[in-house]
Amino acid sequence: MKSRFKALVAALCLFVALPAWAGSVQIKGSTTVLPIAQKCAEAFMKINPDIAVSISGGGSGNGIKALIDGTTDIADASRFIKNKEVKRAVENGRYPVPFAVGYDCIVPVVHPSNPVTNLTLDQLKSIYKGDITNWKQVGGPDQNIVVISRDTSSGTYEVWEKKVMNKERVSKRAQLQASNGAVAQTVAKNKRAIGYVGFGYLNSEIKGLTVNGIQGTPSSTLSGTYPISRALFMFTQGWPKGDTAKFINFVLNPKTGQPLVKSAGFVPLY
Amino acid sequence: MQTPRTFRETCIKTFFLFTACISILVLTLIMVFLVMEGLPLFKTVPITDFLLGSDWYPTADPPDFGILPLIVASLSVTVVSSLMAIPLGVMTAIYLAEICSRRMRNILKPIVELLAALPSVVIGFFGMVIVAPFLQNYLDLDTGLNLFNASLMLAFMSIPTICTVSEDAIYSVPGELKEASLGLGATHWQTIAKVILPASLSGISTAVILGMSRAIGETMVVLMVAGGAALIPVSIFDPVRPMPASIAAEMAEAPFQSDHYYALFATGMVLFLVTLIFNMIAEHIAHKHKQTGAATL
Repeated sequence: MKSRFKALVAALCLFVALPAWAGSVQIKGSTTVLPIAQKCAEAFMKINPDIAVSISGGGSGNGIKALIDGTTDIADASRFIKNKEVKRAVENGRYPVPFAVGYDCIVPVVHPSNPVTNLTLDQLKSIYKGDITNWKQVGGPDQNIVVISRDTSSGTYEVWEKKVMNKERVSKRAQLQASNGAVAQTVAKNKRAIGYVGFGYLNSEIKGLTVNGIQGTPSSTLSGTYPISRALFMFTQGWPKGDTAKFINFVLNPKTGQPLVKSAGFVPLY
Repeated sequence: MQTPRTFRETCIKTFFLFTACISILVLTLIMVFLVMEGLPLFKTVPITDFLLGSDWYPTADPPDFGILPLIVASLSVTVVSSLMAIPLGVMTAIYLAEICSRRMRNILKPIVELLAALPSVVIGFFGMVIVAPFLQNYLDLDTGLNLFNASLMLAFMSIPTICTVSEDAIYSVPGELKEASLGLGATHWQTIAKVILPASLSGISTAVILGMSRAIGETMVVLMVAGGAALIPVSIFDPVRPMPASIAAEMAEAPFQSDHYYALFATGMVLFLVTLIFNMIAEHIAHKHKQTGAATL
């Protein structure tokens, strides 16, 4: 009787433990990195059917918070981890390790009917500061400039603030939009608007401008000649092991993950 | 001794008490959480700077957490949308309840109720893609995403609420009041204006306040259509950034338990207080004009 009971308990344990044997990787974080993570996860699960990769967005801050709390294996971030976050992580006994998985190049965009094709960094800065308010001042038609910006907490805005604004403040009159898609949509519908979107969001309804005469392309981003770009990260909790390591390797591999970075609309590492 | 019947009654009573307590508990917990996450901001930012500051630069260095433009935006959007929605909603309700034929009512009422079921994101998208370019071209504005457009979309959303609730109030005015008024020789219009409307005033006021609360708390529409500039508006066609839009747009990317995070929760507290005040006003009006029977008129 007793041995039968033991066997039952053992069987139950086995039953409960079984799903844990099949691997699982959890990813949370930046909505910018989300398409990369999604495409990679799909391809990855095809090769490794026994590993389940689950992905959710929510923003870089939320992803890193989840990593600090230990509720995710990988945190996507469109920015580097902040000092405060590192401090909190270490207090929790966790050591985030960054992996750059690709680059994002941010392109100023206007309505296709706008004759302006190039702006210098200084001009962009003056427009976003609110010093230049008419398209006439930069070689366009005599119309007010409607400045569209991303929300101050978005990773894209952070790059813009660092690379274009040089720590000056974006004018209060700037209309803040919550996503790249919303910026593209707004600029496509407004002849007087200027905005900025990630390279992957360029489409036929908006016109990308050259900056200092340089077009934002994968090669100009990688060579560093294009001035407005950033790296995209996946953070792991400590040096990755097991399935997480497998996934990170998959993403970084020039044959498997990197072409998917490109097809998601970003600039691959190689 | 308890009979099985009284025992069953007691069980049912306890069950209802239990569910009521749970909902109150959940609400209290939400409030406690909101306050706990919001209050730490005031350790670093004085409350007057927070409420009266006119600069909202939460990620700048040093940051500015002044939500006055956000509060003004929320209130102005609500007021302008109410100006459109209240007359339309109440008049539609009067028409539905008192004037139109039964057949017409059977057609119109479901349509109005269907409007209430439209998801806000659909209305927001409509405002962004159709109304904004139209306003911009037709009125030659710099941008179609502005206070006016947002108010228009919010009015769309609060009209069904205002209409349905007022209609119920008007419809439930006791028949003898109406008959008495008509019997004294008053016309249909006089009866509506002098008897039915005053009698249903508490219901209509509740409807109006409910509609306004819906407008002030609505997030998706203002996020998509209001324009998102943290600016105190001087014209009805200025872009604005109401409180819910700011919270929704920034919460995802705000570093956990940073000042920005606390500031967004503190903004939520302000929003909560404003809606609470609205509801208290509604309660007060409903109580003051309470219609307990035909005799109180």
